[in-house]
Amino acid sequence: MLKIKNINAYYGKVHALKNVSLHLNRGEIVTLIGANGAGKTTLLNALSGIIPTESGEIALEGKGITGLSADRVVSLGLSQVPEGRQVFNPLTVEENLELGAYLRYRSGGQKGEITADIQHMFRMFPRLEERRKQAAGTLSGGEQQMLAIGRALMARPKLLLLDEPSMGLAPLVVQDIFKVIQRLREEEGTTILLVEQNARAALKVADRGYVLETGKVILEGIASELLENKDVQRAYLGRDKKEIWER
Amino acid sequence: MELFQQITQFVISGLATGAIYALIGLSFAIIFNSTGIINFAQGEFVMLGGVMTIFSLNVLHLPLIAAIAVAVAATTVVGVVFERLAIRPLKNATPLALIIITIGASILIRGVVMLVWGKDTQALPAFSGNDPISVVGATLLPQHLWIFGVTVLVIVGCRLFFHHTISGKAMRACSFNRRAANLVGISVGRMVLFSFVISAAVGSLAGVIIAPLTMTAYDVGVMLGLKGFCAAIMGGMGSGLGTVLGGLILGTLESLGAGLISSGYKDAIAFFILLLILFIRPQGLFKKGETERV
Repeated sequence: MLKIKNINAYYGKVHALKNVSLHLNRGEIVTLIGANGAGKTTLLNALSGIIPTESGEIALEGKGITGLSADRVVSLGLSQVPEGRQVFNPLTVEENLELGAYLRYRSGGQKGEITADIQHMFRMFPRLEERRKQAAGTLSGGEQQMLAIGRALMARPKLLLLDEPSMGLAPLVVQDIFKVIQRLREEEGTTILLVEQNARAALKVADRGYVLETGKVILEGIASELLENKDVQRAYLGRDKKEIWER
Repeated sequence: MELFQQITQFVISGLATGAIYALIGLSFAIIFNSTGIINFAQGEFVMLGGVMTIFSLNVLHLPLIAAIAVAVAATTVVGVVFERLAIRPLKNATPLALIIITIGASILIRGVVMLVWGKDTQALPAFSGNDPISVVGATLLPQHLWIFGVTVLVIVGCRLFFHHTISGKAMRACSFNRRAANLVGISVGRMVLFSFVISAAVGSLAGVIIAPLTMTAYDVGVMLGLKGFCAAIMGGMGSGLGTVLGGLILGTLESLGAGLISSGYKDAIAFFILLLILFIRPQGLFKKGETERV
């Protein structure tokens, strides 16, 4: 589904990704864990075409997407739910969802399907339907996260990138979000690349995981094995109190 | 009674000029919200609207409606060319550098118009005659009605565009959060171009409808542009009702001040208000918390 080969990227002057390679198979949930500043977000932004890569190759279903603009990447089936949700605050919930399908509107002739998809999102996230005419900025953090996920799904992506979906949310809401991620795979068959600081929760829903440290992949493997791995435990799972991350 | 009639008269003409300021203010806000820059060539779009309508009418001998359409279309083309040549190539420039470029562009446009059409002040005939209509003792010109009508239409049109079309919603999304807009597949460059198109069209239309009242020349854009900027500041650079109210208040105060105190103070009043607002309420008159920006 997705193949990344030896990419290098810079975040300002910092060499943020050093020869990173990873892959995702169709229908998989793969998680990328690592501390702050390990390069997780930079990797997602490089995939989404927001920041340029210096070298290396990215291929989506065998098609090279290295260096494509962000809108081209979305149109090829890769959508990102950005860190911190970043919903369009002044716009209504419904408008946020419509804009998720912006490129489908532009290509024309899908109006009926888009409306049906919005209804589908409302069935998946009933809270959003209750608030459909409300400005997105008035939603709670958890609701905004649902909206951000819904907005990304409106593009009908083959691959969904999720950047720290649990950030700044209450533990119960975090549970909901992770349930949603599992449902997406089961019901929609979406392939998911999940970036998390909440490593324990992420490894529990994921099939496989990669551990990123200062821009390098230092470990990869089956999620359940990573959960048992002593190094991972010490570095990322050790302190239970840190499970709820404040911003 | 005499004074009351006078005041009514001043208010009527003030509201008409104010409507023009409102339109220009909106056109400032539209570009500001998509690019973060103040386009100081905005007044030149207004001037081009009037000057090119007169040109189409007198030289090309087009009927009035066609002349207006040609003028608005031509100004829009100027806006697009401006964005392509002067704004887009400088993707990573600071807003300050871009603002200085817009000042340069305004001087260039003014200079070209002066060379082509001369320095003379020209008049555009009123759209439907000059027979005054009496309203509570004051006179209302048919052109005033045109101004009010067109202004309302433009405002309603903008509202429909920004709230009921996918491109309009995309522009609002983009002005709120470019990165997120980019991630759903909205091309920011395209939205910036759109904003120049709409802004040039609205600005030039304002120039067309005011031309029969105030006449036009190569340099009218300077003052009109600054007054429109003032209206936009009053509205907190939003493209909603705030800017419209800002324009109307500015026009009315200016007209009352000029009539009751001295016409010599007309421009001074506008800039006094501008400074006052920048000092006291730089977020705009009507801004409370988060207001809508387009």
